Amino acid sequence: MKQEELDNRLSEIEGELLGVERTADTRIFLSCESEKVYAVCKFLFEELQLRFVISTGVDAEHCFEVLHHFTNDESGCIVTVKAMIGDRETPELESIAPLIPGAEWIEREMHDILGINFRNHPNLRRLILDDDWPEGVYPLRKDVKV
Amino acid sequence: MSQATRKPVLAVGPFHPLQEEMEFFQLTVDGEIVTDIDVRISYNHRGIEKLSETLQFDQVPFLVSRICGICSASHPLAYVQAVEEIAGVTPPERALYVRTIINELERIHSHLLWVGLAGHFIGYDTVFMWAWKYREPVLDLLEEITGNRNNYGNVKVGGCREDVPDELKPKILKELDVIEKKTEMLTKAVLDDPIIHARLKGVGVLTKEDGVKFAVTGPTARGSGIDIDVRHDDPYAAYADLDWSVISQPEGDVFAKAVVRLLETIEAVKIARQAVQKLPKGPVAVEVKEIPPGEGCGHAEAPRGETFHYVRSDGGNRPVRHKVRAPSYVNVPSFRASCIGEHIADVTITLAAVDPCYSCTERIAVVDSHNKILHDYDELLRLSRAKTAQLKKEIGAPEMKLEDF
Repeated sequence: MKQEELDNRLSEIEGELLGVERTADTRIFLSCESEKVYAVCKFLFEELQLRFVISTGVDAEHCFEVLHHFTNDESGCIVTVKAMIGDRETPELESIAPLIPGAEWIEREMHDILGINFRNHPNLRRLILDDDWPEGVYPLRKDVKV
Repeated sequence: MSQATRKPVLAVGPFHPLQEEMEFFQLTVDGEIVTDIDVRISYNHRGIEKLSETLQFDQVPFLVSRICGICSASHPLAYVQAVEEIAGVTPPERALYVRTIINELERIHSHLLWVGLAGHFIGYDTVFMWAWKYREPVLDLLEEITGNRNNYGNVKVGGCREDVPDELKPKILKELDVIEKKTEMLTKAVLDDPIIHARLKGVGVLTKEDGVKFAVTGPTARGSGIDIDVRHDDPYAAYADLDWSVISQPEGDVFAKAVVRLLETIEAVKIARQAVQKLPKGPVAVEVKEIPPGEGCGHAEAPRGETFHYVRSDGGNRPVRHKVRAPSYVNVPSFRASCIGEHIADVTITLAAVDPCYSCTERIAVVDSHNKILHDYDELLRLSRAKTAQLKKEIGAPEMKLEDF
C-alpha cells in the first residue's frame, strides 16, 4: 500500500499504543505494552499484510526490549513494534511464531541469548547455544562480558 | 519408542558434504519420501553482534564485512546506512555510485558462484567450471578497486574508503562487456537444456503463501512470485537513478530460482555499467564526528536477499546494540515448506536452491566454553607448528626455510 494509506491504517490502532515515534518519513516505531504485542503484530501482518523482517532483543539494563520489525515494501517503510519487558527475573512475552512461522527461529535465539520466555511458542528448544551450554547463562546480556 | 512408531532419519551433516559448511539436516523419511526435516545450525559461532558492542562505530564495518566472505559489501552497507540514519548524514553522490558498483560486482560474482555450485550439485560440472571461470575477472576488478578480492571493507559511515579511479573506468566497462556476453551464453546453455528443465522444474516448490509466512527474501522470494527487492522498494546508493528491472518468476520451483539468478546477473551488469558511465565527480566521503543517541534500521539487497541491520546508539562512540539479520536466516527455515513430500534425490538441490550461507546465519556470542579451557592464539600456533614438525618427521620431509624460496 502507499505510504499515505499505511499512515491512515496505523492511526486506527493508535489508541492501543503507548506512543508512535517517527525517526524518518519511512521509519516508524510503535511502542506498546507487552500484552498487546501479539494483537498489534497480527494487525500489521494479517490486516495490513506487512512483511515480517526480524526481531531484535535488547538488554536495556533496567528492562528487556523486544522489537519486531516489519516492512511495507510498496513504500519502503520499516514499521517496528517495540515492547518493554520490565520483569528482569522472569522475562516473558507472547510468541508471534504461531502467527508468523518466519519468527520461530529468532524467538528461539532471543530465548537462548537473552533468556526471554516466549509463551505459546511451538518449539522453544535451543537454536544458537550448544546442548552443553550451562542453564541460566545468557551471553547477550550486558552482565556477560566479552 | 515402540517399533511401530520408529521412523528412519537420514542425516546430512553436520559438515555438509557438498556445501562444505557446518549445518545439519535431519530428514525423516518414509521410503524415498521426506516426511519431516529438522535443521540444526550454530556449529560455528563468532559472536559478531556481541563483539560489535565492543568496537567503535567506524571499526564495525570491518567486522561485519567478515560476517560473510561473499556478501562482504552488503553487510557493512546495511550497517552504515543504519548509522547514517541515526546521525542524519548524507554521503556525497560519488560515494553512492561507488557503493552501487561494488555491490553489483558482488552480486555478479555471488550469483555466478551459485550457478556453478548448483551445476555441481546436479552433476553438471561443465556449468561449474564455466561459471567459476567467468566469475574470476569480477574478483580481480574488486581487488583492483578495493585492494581485496573479498572482505572489501570499502564503505564507511559518511561514504567510501576507496574511490573507483577514473582511469580504471575503461577497464571495468570492457570486463563488464565480456562478463555480460559470457553470462548470456551460460544462461542460454542452462535454460535451453532439456535435461535441466526435466531435473529442476516442479522440484522443491515454495508457494507464494508459504514464502510470505516464512518471510523469505531475495531470489528465494522472487522465484516464488514475491517481487520484493530493497534496491527498488527502499532505494539506497544510486539505484533510484539507474534503469533496471526487478526479476521475478511465479513458479516457486528450483528452476524459477535459477532463472531469477541468471537474469539478475545480467541486470547487475547493466546497473554496474550505468553507474560507471554516470559516476559523478567529487569526494567519496564526508567527515562524521559524532553519532548522536538514537536508533536506525538499514537494509540492503544482498545477493541472497535482504540484509537487515538495526543499530542503537546512546551517544557514546560504540553501538549499544547491533542486530544483524542475514537473508539465509529467514530463507533456510522455508525448507519445511519446500522439502516435505519431496524425494530424497531432489532435496539436496532444493536445499541448495536458496543459496544458503551459514556463516551469515550464525553470529551470536560464545564467550566461555562451559568450563573447558580455551586455547589462546599462541597456544594454537604452537600446537599447529608442533603437529607440522611431527608430520614432516614421520614422512621424512626435508627441512625448508623461508630463504629457500
